[in-house]
Amino acid sequence: MLLSLSIWVPIIGALAVMTTGRDKNSNLTRWIALIAAVAGFLVTIPLYTGFDPSSAALQFVENVPWIERYKIGYYLGVDGISMWFVLLNSFTTILVVIAGWVVIEKQPAQYFAAFLIMSGLINGAFAAADAMLFYVFFEAMLIPMYLIIGIWGGPNRLYAAIKFFLYTLLGSLLMLVALIYLYKATGGSFSIADFHKVPLAKTPQILLFVAFFLAFAVKVPMWPVHTWLPDAHVEAPTGGSVILAAITLKLGAYGFLRFILPIVPDASILLAPFIVTISLIAIVYIGFVALIQTDMKKLVAYSSISHMGFVTLGFFLFVGRQGSALGIEGGLMQMISHGFVSAAMFLCIGVMYDRLHSRNIADYGGVANVMPKFAALMMLFGMANAGLPGTSGFIGEFTVTLAAVKQGMFWTAACAGLALILGAAYTLWMYKRVIFGDIGNDHVAEMKDVSPREFWMLMLVAACVLGMGLYPAPFTEVMHKSVDALLLHVSHSKL
Amino acid sequence: MKDILLVLPEIVLLCLAGLILIADLFVRPGQKWFTYACGIGALLWTALYVFVPFTPVGGVATQSAFSGLFVADGIATVLKIAMLLAAAVALAYSWTYLKKHGLDNGEYVALTLFGTLGMMVIASAASMLTAYLGLELLSLSMYALVALKRDDRIATEAAMKYFVLGALASGLLLFGMSIIYGATGSISFDGIAKAIAAPNKMAIALGLIFIAAGVAFKLGVVPFHMWVPDVYTGAPTAVTLFLGTAPKIAAFALAYRLFGNALVPAHADASLILAVIATLSVVLGNLIAVAQTNIKRMLAYSAIANMGFLLLGFVAGGKDGYAAALFYALAYAITGLVSFGILVLLSGRGIEFDNIEDLKGLNTRSPWFAFLMLLAMFSLAGIPPTVGFWAKLSVIEAIVNAGYTWIAVIAVMASLVGAFYYLRVVRAMYFSEPTAADVALPGGAATALVSVNALAILALGAFPSAIMALCVRALQG
Repeated sequence: MLLSLSIWVPIIGALAVMTTGRDKNSNLTRWIALIAAVAGFLVTIPLYTGFDPSSAALQFVENVPWIERYKIGYYLGVDGISMWFVLLNSFTTILVVIAGWVVIEKQPAQYFAAFLIMSGLINGAFAAADAMLFYVFFEAMLIPMYLIIGIWGGPNRLYAAIKFFLYTLLGSLLMLVALIYLYKATGGSFSIADFHKVPLAKTPQILLFVAFFLAFAVKVPMWPVHTWLPDAHVEAPTGGSVILAAITLKLGAYGFLRFILPIVPDASILLAPFIVTISLIAIVYIGFVALIQTDMKKLVAYSSISHMGFVTLGFFLFVGRQGSALGIEGGLMQMISHGFVSAAMFLCIGVMYDRLHSRNIADYGGVANVMPKFAALMMLFGMANAGLPGTSGFIGEFTVTLAAVKQGMFWTAACAGLALILGAAYTLWMYKRVIFGDIGNDHVAEMKDVSPREFWMLMLVAACVLGMGLYPAPFTEVMHKSVDALLLHVSHSKL
Repeated sequence: MKDILLVLPEIVLLCLAGLILIADLFVRPGQKWFTYACGIGALLWTALYVFVPFTPVGGVATQSAFSGLFVADGIATVLKIAMLLAAAVALAYSWTYLKKHGLDNGEYVALTLFGTLGMMVIASAASMLTAYLGLELLSLSMYALVALKRDDRIATEAAMKYFVLGALASGLLLFGMSIIYGATGSISFDGIAKAIAAPNKMAIALGLIFIAAGVAFKLGVVPFHMWVPDVYTGAPTAVTLFLGTAPKIAAFALAYRLFGNALVPAHADASLILAVIATLSVVLGNLIAVAQTNIKRMLAYSAIANMGFLLLGFVAGGKDGYAAALFYALAYAITGLVSFGILVLLSGRGIEFDNIEDLKGLNTRSPWFAFLMLLAMFSLAGIPPTVGFWAKLSVIEAIVNAGYTWIAVIAVMASLVGAFYYLRVVRAMYFSEPTAADVALPGGAATALVSVNALAILALGAFPSAIMALCVRALQG
């Protein structure tokens, strides 16, 4: 019931926004949206408080037959891997609603409704235990996201929206064929658990790996299929960038753990060096790319790709058949942390963009002089993005690097470690150019410090970033059993 | 007497169509709404005649009439009800459009009814001759409908093209049928199916090729698709609406009766031919649609691609394949009614909605109509949670199950291309500002009807179980 609520409360809220609020009565619209978002978050809290960390099984299970013909079930459940993402997503939706509060003047009802629908669909994808149900949620979220980028985006939004849609669709269509192939292989079941058990020969495994890999690698996104992301992020409105970076990218990485590793373990192990290599390329090369960006949003977008490289790296640290539990947990921590940090960075850029309508680093300078409170908060997020100990950004990257050393992959660890320096370089250099120094121009001089709305919005994220950095145990302790079970499963050959 | 009872729906529709044609002579030009209302009533009344004796669908054993010329079974019932409803809805959408364009004559109604009668005959065909008879009745009505705007050069040209190519296709089909008759000594589908014991007979294969060509013409699939874009574009949009929906169900019926009933033992040969045709249309239809700026032309190429997808179900064959194809045909008809229906409803109120450009800023003008069109576009593109997605899924499942995984991969990749041009429509509606002229919105009744129609796309997308089960049961009957 809880998982259903987490999916449908925001979607029903969206309907309420569209029918009662409408565009004309934008004040009512905003409040309904906020109430729906908060309610959507509140119903997910029992998922954490009621979660049993000593079990690796799916919890809060709901299983209702949906489409008898193909034995597709409305089958929901979360384990230690997916539970936090439902909470993270519902939390981020609140931020998005607050971030768009007064800023969105064009069709506000549709704007908030799109995000609320998005939120419900994402929760559905994380909670789905039936592959076809997952696919429906996974694909359906393209529609609101396409509209969000296209309607409320920047000047080049038409191109970005269609690029985003087609790139993501390309990957997921092949996954659809893969799912149907597995349906046939299991003898007529779309349950992910049945997919995990089905024995597969080597060639099918590799082909399935390719199909799933394309779907999820595009979403993560991994080098070299990342090129949609900078465009989509730059053109999307602040809320869109936040949801994209904080949540939908995680869905790609989640797919690696839920589908690729357990369904095609032999192909995964065989191709692990390949994934490690392109993850390292993402971490290092994209890190350098981020360094030279002149557009703040683009810089954070590239930094997202680089940070997500740590996630995929942590997932595929195999020695023989033995994966690294530390690596996977590090990857998951990195995912959650990046959810907070990237959201915070995009919110900060949004705050500045709302004042100056520019994302160019060169148009700013000396913002600290006029916006001291803002500068202090952004400092914290910048440090978290650079992976400073004490912030959430440190935990994941450090754990993954540690896991690589433990697995005896010294040079991999060394390369990844280099990225920590790069991360500090591009983030802090941008911070310096934007925030410090003399006031850049007259427009900057006229900027007002954060409003109470913006202040509390950023404080909310700041609390999460610091809280997770200082006391990560609540996040990791629920993962152990599920991750161990996953690795045990992967260590058995399916051939 | 039993025979007469079985064809009662057809008789009813024939009588009503004739009556309406005569009654229309006494209706004054300003009062033509009466004829239209009668037409819609006749279609719905006939649907009742189909529905009532056969509830629950598939619960009644297959019965044949007139020494095996005619068959009434589960699938015929489902198809006829779908055709009648689609025709009725199309007629309801068309009324204001035809009135505004001065085409509101009674012949439109009569031709629609006769065309629908032809479709019903195809759906119940149990022999080559019945199938051909129904097909000709449908085709002749359609030729005349396309030429309805007889002073218009483009419409007349389209009708001419349609007639010449359609007649050629009918000839091919008839030729194929005669070869099959020569090889098997039977024109009844059962007799043919029994006689084709050794499927590799040269004559059967030859007949199969001609029949496949004829059916491909009627479906409008590559390489026999050339008439589709011109006819869709040239015909008045209201005619395109009718042409693009109910006859597609009839085309499915024709293909099913021929390939699924008569030529089942030759499935191996047939699926080879159909696989090439279907794959080509899915790929080419989608690719060429990308280049279109005229929305009717774009939807025509989309129809080519979609009919190719439908044919993939026949490539797979078996109950699964035909059930998937039937589901696809129904889903396509529902979606087609919405997409053309909205164009028809909005046209003639300041702007002719002929080009994708004309849809610009529809979201600003009417968020509701933009949303309904959005549903139709995403359903055509096969994005969940719309019925189009489940239709594509069923077909892909059938084709993978039949061992054609590579065709499935090609088909989904072509759908990716397809998504591009459907998205262009969404882009025009949502991302652009409205063009200068303002559009008056259609009245309450039409809006309600198209809303129900479009929300069905969403509802069937969320709960496709019932319609899927219906398709399976219809085939078992």
